Amino acid sequence: MELKPCVNIRQEWDIVGARQLGREKAKELGFGTVDQARIATAISELARNIYLYAGTGKVYFETIDHLDKKGLKIVAVDEGPGIRDLSQVMQDGYSTSGGLGAGLPGVKRLMDTFEINSEWGEGTEITAVKWVR
Amino acid sequence: MKKERLDLDDYRKLLKQYLLTHDETALYQAEQLSKLSVQHNVSPEEIIHVHIEALKELYPELQQEVSDSLNFLLEAMISYGLALQEYQSLREKQSALESEISVAANMQKTLLQTKKPTISGLDIGAISVPANQMNGDYYHFIEGSDGTLGIALADVIGKGVPAALAMSMIKYSMDSFPEQLRQPAQILESLNRVVERNVDTSMFITMFYGLYNTNNHTFSFSSAGHEPGFFYFNKTESFSEIKARGLVLGATSDARYNEEAVTIHDGDAIILLTDGVTECHLGDRFIERDEVLEVIEHYLHLPAQEAVEKVYKHFERLQDFHLRDDFTLIILKKET
Repeated sequence: MELKPCVNIRQEWDIVGARQLGREKAKELGFGTVDQARIATAISELARNIYLYAGTGKVYFETIDHLDKKGLKIVAVDEGPGIRDLSQVMQDGYSTSGGLGAGLPGVKRLMDTFEINSEWGEGTEITAVKWVR
Repeated sequence: MKKERLDLDDYRKLLKQYLLTHDETALYQAEQLSKLSVQHNVSPEEIIHVHIEALKELYPELQQEVSDSLNFLLEAMISYGLALQEYQSLREKQSALESEISVAANMQKTLLQTKKPTISGLDIGAISVPANQMNGDYYHFIEGSDGTLGIALADVIGKGVPAALAMSMIKYSMDSFPEQLRQPAQILESLNRVVERNVDTSMFITMFYGLYNTNNHTFSFSSAGHEPGFFYFNKTESFSEIKARGLVLGATSDARYNEEAVTIHDGDAIILLTDGVTECHLGDRFIERDEVLEVIEHYLHLPAQEAVEKVYKHFERLQDFHLRDDFTLIILKKET
């Protein structure tokens, strides 16, 4: 299997590293400035969730280059406490960090596809894709 | 939600017009564009993007720092775009919720409807208006085949949906009581057990139950902590508070209620109400019970239904058409 570019999230500073790597990939793929900004914000949000709630984790990037479409896949993985009530965190207006930040619904809006898997006590894996328009 | 793309050509023309003329018309059009963009879910970062593009076309020699700084601004706007989308989705949710509540309110109206009886010699008026969509007050008339008229009046402390749900329970319990069960104290004791078993202890229901006997014109009554009503005695042209003591429903499982009785003479009146009437606010002060009585006295000579409506309209106006609590008023007059 091809080794995917990955950023370890251990401290707040790593969020910037993840954003930067993500933005470079996005530029390479030909995303416009608005979408680059959206992708960077989504990465921030995912990385910050890892930093705040799981402590440590990883953000992977995968460029998708099909004949008919190109896109960037972001995978955020942690082995933190997991999310007990997924439908609650996916609701607008719910945010444990005091209403600041876009939260997971925000990430879903910023990206084109969004998938979340979480087991209580085992960790969380979020996969999101943005397609080049 | 469909996203309408901002037209770059239009924007560029508008921007150019403004830069050349500093024309208020262009600014007015920009305002229109801003409104349209919100309507069509166009986020601020997209507008900034279009602005940058337009600027670059108008000024190919645009300074790098200016263009970079606008990209910086674009990043800074991302969260506002998200907030706009969140706001729109919450607004949709809210309107769905509102229509659900209005369906529930209609259902409640049908469930709790009671027919105002026509009894010769008695003039009855009743009005019940909820502060919000759903009513936490409830009144009901029960005509017995033996010439008695039962009048139930209840108030859930609190208002809105939870209060309305509790009221439906009271109504169903009363419907399930056998016809022989009609003495006020017995009815309140039975309802007390139902409420105690089924309702959370933090919710209180007060209730008044009166039984008017048209054969001998006695009115017997019991109260479960309910706002006292008034008798009007024609002979002395005076009001007197309906005195009845009893615990609110559901406080203990074995509450007992006293039952009192009075004889009603020609021209006398029985006035029953909920605290939505006596606790009308005027600015930040409560209206005194005496003032309420003055208003009722003022309209009491009218036919009972007209009187309760006039009293309601008076307090509605007094509170700037904004009820703080559900309002229920029943007037029963013995005709002369």
